[in-house]
Amino acid sequence: MADKINLIIDGIEVSVEKGKSILDAAKQIDIRIPTLCHHEDLCVAGNCRVCVVEQEGRNNLIPSCATPAENGMKIKTSTPKIRRARKDIMALLVSEHNTQCTTCYRSTNCELQDLAAEYNVDNNVYLSVLKPNLKIDKSSWSIEKDDSKCIRCQRCVRTCAELQHVNALAVTERGSEMKISTFMHLPMNEIVCTNCGQCITHCPTGALTERRYYDEIWEAIDNPEKHVVINTAPSVRVALGEMLGYPAGTRVTGKMVTALKKMGFDSVLDTDFTADLTIMEEGTELLTRLKEVLVDKKDIALPMITSCSPGWVKFIEHMYPEHLAHLSTCKSPQQMFGALAKTYYAEQKGIDPKNIVSVAGMPCAAKKYEANRSEMRDSGYQDVDAGLTTREIGHMIKQAGLDFPELEDGDFDSIMGESTGAGVIFGATGGVMEAALRTAYFLITGRPVPFDNLNITPVRGLEGIKETSIKFENCLPEFSFLEGVEAKFAIAHGLINARKIMDQIADGKSPYHFIEIMACPGGCIGGGGQPIPTNDAIRKKRIEAIYAEDMGKPIRMSHENPEIAKIYKEFLGKPLGEKSHHLLHTKYRKRKRY
Amino acid sequence: MAEVKELVKKLVEKHGRERQNLIPILQGIHLENNFLSKEAMLEVAKQLDIASAEVYGTASFYSFLDTEADGKYKIRVCKSITCDMKGKNEILKTMEDMLRIKVGETTEGKRFSLIETNCIGLCDKGPAMLINDEYYTELTPSKVRKILGDYIRNEY
Repeated sequence: MADKINLIIDGIEVSVEKGKSILDAAKQIDIRIPTLCHHEDLCVAGNCRVCVVEQEGRNNLIPSCATPAENGMKIKTSTPKIRRARKDIMALLVSEHNTQCTTCYRSTNCELQDLAAEYNVDNNVYLSVLKPNLKIDKSSWSIEKDDSKCIRCQRCVRTCAELQHVNALAVTERGSEMKISTFMHLPMNEIVCTNCGQCITHCPTGALTERRYYDEIWEAIDNPEKHVVINTAPSVRVALGEMLGYPAGTRVTGKMVTALKKMGFDSVLDTDFTADLTIMEEGTELLTRLKEVLVDKKDIALPMITSCSPGWVKFIEHMYPEHLAHLSTCKSPQQMFGALAKTYYAEQKGIDPKNIVSVAGMPCAAKKYEANRSEMRDSGYQDVDAGLTTREIGHMIKQAGLDFPELEDGDFDSIMGESTGAGVIFGATGGVMEAALRTAYFLITGRPVPFDNLNITPVRGLEGIKETSIKFENCLPEFSFLEGVEAKFAIAHGLINARKIMDQIADGKSPYHFIEIMACPGGCIGGGGQPIPTNDAIRKKRIEAIYAEDMGKPIRMSHENPEIAKIYKEFLGKPLGEKSHHLLHTKYRKRKRY
Repeated sequence: MAEVKELVKKLVEKHGRERQNLIPILQGIHLENNFLSKEAMLEVAKQLDIASAEVYGTASFYSFLDTEADGKYKIRVCKSITCDMKGKNEILKTMEDMLRIKVGETTEGKRFSLIETNCIGLCDKGPAMLINDEYYTELTPSKVRKILGDYIRNEY
């Protein structure tokens, strides 16, 4: 307890660990200090000064986010002097800001707007000095950048550096010319960017947003010739509620399905189905690779790494182009879904694939880019016509005028709507690994994985890199080559952790056989297309909801999904078979690192 | 391209590969090439293994590091209040007439660029200006005609 710091904030004594800021201390006793540049995920910047407070014995105001708490401090967080200063700071920010709030995508979900309203920045002391002719960068399939809404808090810059280690965005120029930009101000589609969208979820205003596609979707729904199918990812159902007034961690699966049907989608299907399919394909691929290495002594790349996360895929293409052989050749569940929607689904339903509009409801910004990759046309058409974020779906539900809380629970349509608990947990970091192990262990030994209730807890949680190992004993004859083998696994989320894993591989020192990597912190539940804000407290709640959804499923291993058995029997043949290879697997390309 | 690569390699060997050596490396390139080309900045990013946006962010922060090819001679006239009151505008006008360009422009053939700068610490001897790294003080129109004339004659 020696390292405890005692101070008084607004007359209340508070004790915090050494190194904590005044802002942290205030939070502990539920005193809210406004912030803009501060974000729980990121290092302290202290550049907006909105969080200033008064310290007894000091004349100047101090930024509470950037000032460590000290013994004996007497702090006031709300005095006329503080309020005047905050209001003035806000007024200055507003004077440089494009205040066309009514036409802004982030309106009603904007930290600047909230604070400006709270402090009644209505005095017009400062003339608008918004730079004229600022163009919105709409070059990227995933991310739009509007400098007229930027308050230069640098949260995006810190996000891209600290969480993702990509540094696509930097602070450029200086003084009044200073702006957040790219190398040589290149458009977003020409730079080293993974499209993960974490900059979007960390942006306090509408400066960074996802490229929206919902108007095209409404058009398609309205067109009687088009058959519009949507598949929704596991993470959407545990976060969509946040867009519609529910607390974080509320599962709204049934209401979401009903809402999408009422909005006019011809078929509401489940990405979890292709998550299960991914397990079949990727699991088989892993076992094949292990056999080729252990038995045939072939020079095959191990560890094998998952390829579900398009932000991660683009990251490795840019940063480690010489190690692409480690990536599983499996397409992501979204792209498998797209390829099947215009082949298998079209065939079974007797619909001309050219009239199918395939939409993916995703927690992700990178999925929009992925849908538009030129190689993703194996059905003979663009496999996925558009990717929507959780936020876009939330907006669409509001636009449709639906009274969401009053909706009945609905069920996913068939075919390609059936899924297992294993498919659901894809949404959380460690989930793909857990789903893969549940099925792989069963296929290898004929027994369920030796964890209580199939819950492989070592792979769960928010630690940046997680490890586990499983020893295979009493294997079925077909897998006797794995007898006694202790397989090692790792899970990384957030691209900064992916980099650590990849550096190990590049050095030839990776001890693992199979690795799951997700671009976004927390996995897809913390994706760049998820409701804003996202922080660790919210990530945890969404993760809990994912595992609750898993526990509620009657079937919790991918290979037991009856629709999976059906699709292999009627259409695909076998995992890694010729048809699978054509429709469900892909190739990667080398990209520039700098 | 090959020359830029060699130059950056030489500078990186001299200063070291750590991030903190970015500025001396950029200064070294600037000294040699008079500006930082896109290729040069990309090469620095590659050799220091940092993002190109970071290199550009640093380069664009400093007004004495140019990221676009300007004139071979960069004339920086101090615009701070002391130099202004001591007749900066007349000095500018004289040079604009001689070079037939406006402030912020570069002559054809990229010989001279004329810009204003913030205080260069010569307030006691204003008006003052820099031509590349050389400073000139207590300027008058006739003094400027002489100085700039010398540059022009040597150059053209």
